[in-house]
Formats: sequence, C-alpha cells, structure tokens
Amino acid sequence: MKFLRDALDKVAPTFEKGGKLETLYPLYEAIDTFLFTPGTSTRGRTHVRDGMDLKRMMITVAMALVPCILMALWNTGHQANLGIEKLGLEGASGWRGWVLDTIGIGYAADNPLACFIHGALYFLPAFLVTNIVGGIVEVGFAMVRKHEVNEGFLVTGILFPLTLPPTIPLWQVGLGIAFGVIMAKEIFGGTGKNFLNVALTARAFLYFAYPAEMSGDAIWTAVDGWSGATALGLGAANGMAPVHESMTWMQAFLGNIQGSMGETSTLACLIGAAILIWTGVGSWRIILSCFVGALGSAALLNMIGSETNPMFQMPWHWHFVVGGLAFGVVYMATDPVTATFTDRGKWFYGLLIGVMATLIRVVNPAFPEGIMLAILFGNVFAPVIDHFVVQANIKRRAARYV
Amino acid sequence: MLEQYLNLFLKAVFVENMALAFFLGMCTFLAVSKKVDTSIGLGVAVVVVQTITIPVNNLLYTFVLKEGALSWAGLPDTDLSFLGLITYIGVIAAMVQILEMTLDRYVPALYNALGIFLPLITVNCAILGGSLFMVEREYSFGESVVFGLGSGFGWAIAIVALAGIREKLKYSDVPEGLRGLGITFIIVGLMALAFMSFSGIQL
Repeated sequence: MKFLRDALDKVAPTFEKGGKLETLYPLYEAIDTFLFTPGTSTRGRTHVRDGMDLKRMMITVAMALVPCILMALWNTGHQANLGIEKLGLEGASGWRGWVLDTIGIGYAADNPLACFIHGALYFLPAFLVTNIVGGIVEVGFAMVRKHEVNEGFLVTGILFPLTLPPTIPLWQVGLGIAFGVIMAKEIFGGTGKNFLNVALTARAFLYFAYPAEMSGDAIWTAVDGWSGATALGLGAANGMAPVHESMTWMQAFLGNIQGSMGETSTLACLIGAAILIWTGVGSWRIILSCFVGALGSAALLNMIGSETNPMFQMPWHWHFVVGGLAFGVVYMATDPVTATFTDRGKWFYGLLIGVMATLIRVVNPAFPEGIMLAILFGNVFAPVIDHFVVQANIKRRAARYV
Repeated sequence: MLEQYLNLFLKAVFVENMALAFFLGMCTFLAVSKKVDTSIGLGVAVVVVQTITIPVNNLLYTFVLKEGALSWAGLPDTDLSFLGLITYIGVIAAMVQILEMTLDRYVPALYNALGIFLPLITVNCAILGGSLFMVEREYSFGESVVFGLGSGFGWAIAIVALAGIREKLKYSDVPEGLRGLGITFIIVGLMALAFMSFSGIQL
C-alpha cells in the first residue's frame, strides 16, 4: 500500500492548483479518496469523528449488490441456455456465439460455469457502457463545475444495468445513463442534491422513449426468436393459472425466472437488504413499510376481486417474488438522498411506494410492472412528507411549552 | 352512482392531472411554488374557485347557452354557445374577485403572500380549462361538481409537491444559467415522468 500512497503523493502537485493538469483534479481526487481516507480535516468548531462518509456509504451499497450481480450473471446465461435448448438452436448468435464457441464451454443449462460466462457476455457490455458513458459525463461535469467525483455514480452504474432486460441495445444503455446522470443528478449539482433516483430516471426515460426494447414478451430472454411473457405479463393477461404452470413460487423466490437482469432473485435482494440494514445504510423502516404497503394493498385487491381484470387474483406472496418489487424496495427506495429524511416520514414514504407499486401492477393495464414508477412517485412526494412531519413536530413541541 | 362519482374524482385528481398531465395553469404553477405554505394557500384557492365556477358554468351552459337551451323562455331555435368563452371567463373573474375580497378580509397573510397571482387565477388556464372540459365532455351538474373538486385538488397536490421539491433543492448547486425558472421547468418535466404511472388507467 505504501508505494501506492507514494505514487499518488508524487503526482499530486501536477493536479493541484497551479499544476499542469489542474482541470483533471476531480479525477485524481476520486482515485485518491477511493483508495485512501481523505486527508482533509475539519477546521471549525463542529466536528464529527466518524469513518463513515458518503464514499464509504456508497461502497457499502455496492457490496450489498454483489449477490444480485452474481444472480444476474448466472440467471441471464441460464435462461438463455434454456431457451437455446428449447428452441433446438446450435448456439448463440453474433459475437457472443463466436466467443462461446472459441472458449468451447458449450450451452448446457445445468453447467453453472457455462451459464456464468454466457450471462457475463450480456451483463458486462451493458455494465461497461453504463460506466464509460456515465463516467465521462460525471467526470466532465466534475471538472467544469469543480465538484468531487464520488461513489454515488458507482452505485448508479451498477444499479442501472441490473434493471435492464438482457437484450437491450447498447446504444440505448448509453443514452439512458447519460440522460439519467445529466437530467436527474448533475444539473442539480451532483450526488446528494438530486430529488429523483438516478438509475430509475434513466430507466424510466428508456421505458417511455423505446417501449419496444423495454417491454413486451420477446426481450426477457437473450435468445433470438424467443418469446415468453414474464410472470406479471401472464398474470395481467390470464390470471394465476398460467403463472403456476410456468413456474413455482420457490423458483421465483430464488430468481430462476426470466426478467430484467438483476431483479429476478428475491433471495439475493434479501441478502442485500440484510447487509444494508446491518450496516445502517438502508433504512429498515422504508423496506418494512414498503412490504407492508404492498401486502396490504394486494390483500385488499384480492378481497375486492374483479371479473374483468385477472390480475386482481395475484396473492401478496406472489407479488413479492415476481418482477422487480424486492430489488426496487431494497436498493432504490432506500436511496438516502431521494427518500424522506425523517423517521416518521419513512413509514409514509414506504407505504406510499408499496401501495402504488401493487396498484400500478393491478389496476393500470398500460404497465405490467409498477415498482419503477412507484418509487419515482414516492421520490416526488418525499420532500412534502418531510415538510408535514417536521411541521407536526414543531406544533406538538410548541404545544408542550405554552 | 356513487362509484361513478368516485371514479370521476380519482380520474380528475391523478389520471388527468391538470398540471402534470395537461400542463395547464403553468404560470402560477411555476411562480408560486417556492414555499410549501404559500402553495397550499394557492392550492386551496384553486380548489375553491374550480368547485364553484365549473358547476355555475355548467348551469349557465345547460340553461342559457346550449343550442335549444332557451326553450324555457320560448326561444327554442336560439344557439348562444358562441358566447361560451366570454361567459365562463366572466363567471371566473367574478368568483376570483369575491375570493380575493374574502382573503383580504379574513386571511391577510395569505393575501399578501399570493400577491398578484391571486387575481391572476382569473386567467389561469387550469380554471378555464376545467370549464371547457366540462362542456366538451358534457358533464351533468353533479358530475361537474365532482370534476371541479377533483381537478382543483389534483392541481393543488401537484403544486404542493413541486414546492416541497423546490424547498429541498435550496441545498442543491444548480448551474448559473438554469437557476430559477429553468430548473423548475425541468423539475416539472421529471415530476410528469413520475405521474405517468397513472396514464392508461381506465376508470
């Protein structure tokens, strides 16, 4: 580690004020503080002694995302290999087929390594495009506007590809993340100053701009010519019977179903949730109240029932495991920047998201999945919820000391 | 009957939100959304104006302006619907005038905070739009009361949410050229993205 520190110290003057590469300082600063604790200390009277800063917080989220990334790699490949098997194809098409043939690992769906490699060929390009395009935007803004580059982008850069279907064209990935980083974050001044979740804004933009590549039956498994509805699509069209036919609840819970790359496994999300709650980064209040809201509204809709809309039948324990509910609730609703700040506000915020997610899924025929828009909707109302919680608190305390 | 009214109300509040789905009433929406308290005041004012003007205009339309509406006065062939716009605006202006005097008398703080934007409610397109939607969709009297309440309420929710976001964004670091109205436009666009969650709901 010593030689790293020395190397960084050696090049430091080039980037500091007056140095040759002064404009690139944010880049140097980002690398430096990524590897080491920042050397700056507070000068004023207020002082917090804590190793937990924004960077460490975001890194924790990135760590908590590891189970989801592993599942994304395996499941994307697994679904693709299953599809190839079912359609009786020779192998994957395009450059991915070339790579797999060169390695010679084959397309066996029960060989985990083959699945991992096949999945990686879909996840890694999307991941790389996200980080390169987003990174350029982020560093560009940091240089012009003189703010720090920090790990907030790292989290966005992992979350965003995980929410995409495996078949998404890479130029759309780049366009989406550029929109998200610029419009949802950088024009407000960077990490910590935005009001909408960046990854979700990027995804929502793609969802409305390119519906053909972001919704439908043909995009969820990375095999040409494959067509298969997700559990939510099946449920919305014909109720629970075809859902039971195509998968078991356990299968959906473990994540062995088709869907966006990282969202399928509820188990992986729960492991992530445990890490986030244990380290105190994610709010258990938000996670719990989201699930309570979804449970309550799903149970209520079950009770009401409907003759024309088969989606009313879906019971709450299925709502939890299909689609992106768990992923969104654990990693995106808890985003400390865009969620409510007050503890009491978090309950309302979580309930709002949970209820909205099931309502959109069930009542709105235009969108099979609702968690993305539900979280954005929650983000929009989070500041107002905080405002009212604070006002109520002021009123209560004022009344105590008349 | 009750269910139909409830559906109409929810539709007016969320699905066809005046501000975020139709982008009506933008000038006041953008200008008076700096503080939550003021925007609540304006929101309530809009709800009141909407709930009264739309039913009143509905009565005027059904019994005076519509083709053949004057048959009760012995003029079955008269069609005064060309007078629609000016009549609705007249009703709205009178209504806002009364509201203004009431606020000045009883809630002077809010009256001062709203300033010029209170009389400007008269030319707020959300209000006139409400009346015109009522005519176009041929609402009955009962429906127009519910629609007035709902559309006003939806607009009020939207402006309060916007004010909350703008209060929060006091701590943000917006580029020089975008400060003020520019960033507010962008915020409203992003809010509309979130409100897309309701589009497509059939009630």
